Amino acid sequence: MKDHIRPALTMLLLLTVLTGLVYPLAVTGLAQVFFSDQANGSLIMREGKVIGSKLIGQYFDKPEYFWGRPSATVSFPYNAAASGGSNLGPTNPALIEAVKARVAALRSADPGNDSPIPVDLVTASGSGLDPHISPAAALYQMNRVARTRGLETTIVQNLVAQHTEERQFGLLGEPRVNVLRLNLALDALRH
Amino acid sequence: MTTNAISQVLVFFVVLLGLAKPLGWYMARVYEGKPVGLDCLLGPVERALYRLCGVRPADEMDWKRYAMAMLLFNAAGLFFLYGLQRLQNLLPLNSANLEAVPADLAFNTAASFVTNTNWQAYGGETTLSSLTQMLGLTVQNFVSAATGMAVLVALIRGLNRSTSTTIGNFWSDLARSTLYILLPLSLLLSLLLVSQGVVQTFDSYQTATPLQSVVHEQGNSRTEPTEIIEQIIAVGPAASQIAIKQLGTNGGGFFNANSAHPFENPTPFTNFLEVLAIVLIPASLCYTFGVMVDDTRQGWALFMAMMILLLPFVAIGLSAEQSGNPLLTAAGVDQLSNAGQAGGNMEGKETRFGITGSALWSVVTTAVSNGAVNSMHDSYTPLGGLVPLFLMQFGEVVFGGVGSGLHGMIVFAIIAVFVAGLMVGRTPEYLRKKIEPYEMKMAALLLLIMPIVVLGFTALAMSTETGRWSILNPGPHGFSEILYAYTSQGNNNGSAFAGLNANTPFYNLTGGIAMLISRFWLAIPILALAGSLASKKPVPVGPGTLPTHTPLFVVLLIGVVVMVGALTFLPALALGPIVEELMIRGS
Repeated sequence: MKDHIRPALTMLLLLTVLTGLVYPLAVTGLAQVFFSDQANGSLIMREGKVIGSKLIGQYFDKPEYFWGRPSATVSFPYNAAASGGSNLGPTNPALIEAVKARVAALRSADPGNDSPIPVDLVTASGSGLDPHISPAAALYQMNRVARTRGLETTIVQNLVAQHTEERQFGLLGEPRVNVLRLNLALDALRH
Repeated sequence: MTTNAISQVLVFFVVLLGLAKPLGWYMARVYEGKPVGLDCLLGPVERALYRLCGVRPADEMDWKRYAMAMLLFNAAGLFFLYGLQRLQNLLPLNSANLEAVPADLAFNTAASFVTNTNWQAYGGETTLSSLTQMLGLTVQNFVSAATGMAVLVALIRGLNRSTSTTIGNFWSDLARSTLYILLPLSLLLSLLLVSQGVVQTFDSYQTATPLQSVVHEQGNSRTEPTEIIEQIIAVGPAASQIAIKQLGTNGGGFFNANSAHPFENPTPFTNFLEVLAIVLIPASLCYTFGVMVDDTRQGWALFMAMMILLLPFVAIGLSAEQSGNPLLTAAGVDQLSNAGQAGGNMEGKETRFGITGSALWSVVTTAVSNGAVNSMHDSYTPLGGLVPLFLMQFGEVVFGGVGSGLHGMIVFAIIAVFVAGLMVGRTPEYLRKKIEPYEMKMAALLLLIMPIVVLGFTALAMSTETGRWSILNPGPHGFSEILYAYTSQGNNNGSAFAGLNANTPFYNLTGGIAMLISRFWLAIPILALAGSLASKKPVPVGPGTLPTHTPLFVVLLIGVVVMVGALTFLPALALGPIVEELMIRGS
């Protein structure tokens, strides 16, 4: 057993240097050189200020913006320093009540819109930071946004179409709309 | 299931099948000490490692020395990781000024990463400094995986050698797994991930001014609601860790939400790569096994058994999640799949992955003992949640952990030939080695330890106030949370029904013990088995030998795995997800 002690400690030390220092440093170096935008968080700038990240959702509840997925992050929604889901089980009354409240909020923000509500718009995402909604969820909100902003519905509809990402390589994932980028495009119409 | 769902699943398995053979062949060369093409680059590093450690790789070890080397190395890792967490407030690379990790949580986390489990009772971005993540977690992601591979290779040598007292050199197996297999693959994968948007920086946070502020009600009517006008976005050296947490069947996320977090898994393509990386090495090792025992049909037989066990669960999981939650339909929610939305049970899932990308992942991550998640299993439908739970309860042999999954399956194969031997009244043999009482005793140990740990601790938690206090969801789902916690830790998986508040001294201690027992108490009988098999003379193949590469044997093997898995855990499952499914249908 004694003759194993030196290799055990030295091997741990050397592999720590190799996999815990050299490897992450090498990846960071290469990433920063070749993919610096992505490696630093795919940030969106507007007028010299960081507005957010293309990949991280933001909270919207004003009627003139498209709303994203409900977020269950700690302290406040879309807390990008503490990701997480609700973890509510399918039969938990708290889940059913929360969904009913979200349905009611969407209905009261857009009276007269009786179309069924897409599920992603009333269920919390796993990360609490989901930047996307389904195209159905965007179309559901289109009339409200257009009316509040005094825009033609077709203009808003075109923007939604422009911001709809198809499945990657036509196969992987699901079609989706990036809420922050869509809302930025809406704001840009005013300028 | 939609056509697209079927295509996504098909493409996944075709790509996996295409990669398993070349990678399996490559790994066999690594373990047989043959040139692999990276020698001019990594050879000097490997030789320097041996020199500094005072190790001669040609010095072979018997099983007891091999086991002792493995245990000492892992013990050193356990203490180092524990110390690192306890002292992180005094050490550099802690730009978020995080405090030292409390003792019980530090023990649980150290046990978790050393055992290749990566159960996470903490939230990554709020608990651990970048230094702890790199020097502690990333390192253990590599070496715990390499340890699993080393034990597997020792067992394969045991099957392949005749009248030998030794089963290889642990230091060499450890170093070669890390250098030639895990490091190059991780480097490649991490760069692919960064190109898609996974972060890799030594900054801890980016600060943004969002389009709209969040008005945060404190839940207390006397205090004014606060307005949050900044979005603090956690970043860090994530890609390098995510690559190895997927490839090494570790599963511990850089961020709390694991691979649901857009910075860990930003696009459907990264999702594809990450879920492929989960199963890539365990699947390829089947072929490595075949090459090393000079009969690739033996490897394919085990591969087919695993695949046949896996596929029905993909179908069940996908259709359960796609059918959605009937209680939400009643609330006026549209869960049908159509051109505009994936539909289905989207609570805890990300829009970019939808049902297919999430459900396929949940099946693969639990069949393979990875435990990374890209959706919250606690919010799955009862049947959709039963699938990952049940897959872990097979003992993590449906591909399973790197190394540990296949050595578990080889033990099941030994039990299968024993059962077949009983039926026809012949001495059982596996790969021309006689299976005798000593081998069966070791195999029986492997079968018994895991259920005792899982069910024993579940019963303890359910019958104590401290155990039940941590439950989030009421009713049978609460029982499922506890059963899932010990199933996951007792099989070194690491995924969770995360509603359970696992960061309490009770869960940290019992869980840590469960993980250590399941990993090391199982590895020792495996090495004993390897030593005993290595010492035997191969018996000639005769007309009475049961061939172990035929479809008949595959069916027999599947039968043994299912019987042992199902019979042990069915009563517990009946109390949790099965009752919940009946409740949801009755309402």
